[in-house]
Amino acid sequence: MNGWQTLFYKEVLRFWKVAFQTIAGPVLTAMLYLLIFGHALETHVKVYGVVSYTAFLVPGLAMMSLLQNAFANSSSSLIMSKVMGNLVFLLLTPLHYMHWFVAYVGASVVRGLVVGLGVFVVAAPFTDMQFAQPLWIFAFALMGAALMGALGLIAGLWAEKFDQLAAFQNFVVMPMTFLSGVFYSIHSLPPFWQGVSHFNPFFYMIDGFRFGFFGISDVSPWLSFGVVGATLLAVSVLSLQLLRSGYKLRT
Amino acid sequence: MSAISFQSITKAYQRPSAERTSPASAASFLALDGVSFDIEEGEFFGLLGPNGAGKTTLISILAGLALPTGGSVRVLGHDVQTDYSQARRLLGVVPQELVFDPFFNVRELLRIQSGYFGVRNNDAWIDELLENLGLTDKANANMRQLSGGMKRRVLVAQALVHKPPVIVLDEPTAGVDVELRQTLWQFIAKLNKQGHTVLLTTHYLEEAEALCGRIGMLNSGRLVALDRTSDLLKAASSNVLRFKLDGELPLALAARARVTGRIVQLPTHDALDVERYLAAVREAGLVAQDVEIRKADLEDVFLEVMSRSRGDNAAAAAAARNQEHVA
Repeated sequence: MNGWQTLFYKEVLRFWKVAFQTIAGPVLTAMLYLLIFGHALETHVKVYGVVSYTAFLVPGLAMMSLLQNAFANSSSSLIMSKVMGNLVFLLLTPLHYMHWFVAYVGASVVRGLVVGLGVFVVAAPFTDMQFAQPLWIFAFALMGAALMGALGLIAGLWAEKFDQLAAFQNFVVMPMTFLSGVFYSIHSLPPFWQGVSHFNPFFYMIDGFRFGFFGISDVSPWLSFGVVGATLLAVSVLSLQLLRSGYKLRT
Repeated sequence: MSAISFQSITKAYQRPSAERTSPASAASFLALDGVSFDIEEGEFFGLLGPNGAGKTTLISILAGLALPTGGSVRVLGHDVQTDYSQARRLLGVVPQELVFDPFFNVRELLRIQSGYFGVRNNDAWIDELLENLGLTDKANANMRQLSGGMKRRVLVAQALVHKPPVIVLDEPTAGVDVELRQTLWQFIAKLNKQGHTVLLTTHYLEEAEALCGRIGMLNSGRLVALDRTSDLLKAASSNVLRFKLDGELPLALAARARVTGRIVQLPTHDALDVERYLAAVREAGLVAQDVEIRKADLEDVFLEVMSRSRGDNAAAAAAARNQEHVA
C-alpha cells in the first residue's frame, strides 16, 4: 500500500474496530425512529397520495444516518488525533494534502454507506421497498457521504475541543438534517417554510435520494443533483484549501 | 553535504492581547532569533538549552510541524518547505510528548507508519526494531496497555520505521527509567556508528557529554555556543572547587557559585582561586567541609555559557532602552 491507501485503510480500520458504536448504534437509532414514527403515523399519512408513510420514511432515515455518520467519521477521527496529540505521526509523513483529503473523505464515505445499507437491511421486513431508479440512489448516497465527509474534515480541523465539535454537530448538522424532509414531504409545510427548506442543501440530498426509490420527489432530481454537486464542490475546495495551508495543523 | 542545515531561522509568535502587560510590550515575541548552524553527516549532535530556549520550536520547524517566520532548513540538501516530501522521508523524529493512538496495537501502528512513507513489506525491519528496543513481547499489545516507558520505546520505533538517515530525538529520556535509557542509547549509538546522523535535545547534561561529539546551546532563541564537546570542556574553567558549608555563603562567592543545598561548587583556574575562596569562607567565620577539586563537566560549561549569555542579553536590552530614549 502507498501513503494515501495506508491512511484510508487506517481510517476504515479505526471505525471498524469499534463497529458496535459506529455502525450498530446508528442503525438501532434509525430503527427506533422507524418503529415509533411509523407506528404513530402509518394509518394517518399517505405521502404524494400513494406512498405509505413507512415506505416514505425508510429512505429518509437511511440517508440521514448515512450523512450523520459520514460527518462523524472524519470529524471525530481528526479531533481525537488532535486532542490526543497523535496527529503528529501523520504530520511527520510526506503525505500530500490531497492524500489526506482522499483518505479521510474516502473512509467517511465507506462508513456512511455501510450504515445506510445497514438501515435498509434492518428496515426491509417492515415495508415493501421499491427501487425505481437505482442509479439516482447510488449517486446521491455517494455525493451526500462525500459532502459530509469533507464537511466533517473542515469541522475537525476547525474544532480544538470536543465541545466545539459537538456544537457544530448539534447546532448545524442536526437542525439541517431534521429540517430537510426526512420525516415529511416539504409540500405538507406552510409556503414560508417550504421556501426556507429550498435553501437547505440537505433537503436536496434527501429529496434526490428518495426520487431513486419512488420516481416521485418534491423537486426535479436534476435540480437536486446540481445543488448537491455544487455544494460538494464548494465544501471540497474549502477543506482542500484548509489542508493545503496547514490550518491549525502546522503553526 | 550537511545532514541538517539551519539558515537564519526566525520564529515570531503572536502574543494574545490578554498577555500584553503594557501597550508598549510587543504584540509578538521571538522564539528563535536568527539561528544558523550545520550538522554534518554521521554526527551525534546535542542541542542544549533551558526550558523555553527554543529547542522544540527549532525541531518543529525542521520536522515541518511549524513554519519559520524567516530563514530555511535543509535536510541532506532538501528544503523542508519547498521539497518537504523528500526532506520528511530522510528524517525520523521522536516527539517530546508521550502521544499514542489508542485504536491499534504496536505492530499495527508500526505497519501503518511504514505505509505512510510508502515502505512495503517492512516486517523484517519492524521485528529488528522491536527486538532492539525490548518490545518483542509487546508487539500485539494495545497502546493503552503499555506503561509510559514502553510507550516511549514505541515512539522511537515509529520514528525509525522508514529507516531515516537523519534521526531527531527531542528529550527522549525525560522521565524514563535507567534501563530504557541504557537500551535506547545503545541502540542509537549503534545506528550512529552505521552512519545515521543524530540530533538530540536533552536536559541530562551527562548524557550529552557522553554521547555528543558536538554541542550547540540555545538561550532565549539565540545560539550562544557551538563547538566540539571536548573543546567546550577545555575552554571552560578547567576545575571546580567543591565543598559543604553549614551557613550563609559570603556574598562575594555566591554570585559565582553553583549551590545545591549544602553543596557549594566554584569554578577554579589555579591554586590562587582556591586560596581566595577558602579565605573568604574562613573570614565569614565558617568551615568548609569535604573539600575536593574535580574536573569541570558539561553542566559547569552550560551554566557558565548561560550566565554569560544572560549578561549579554541584559546589556543588549539596556542598549535598546537607551536608544529609545535618544529617539
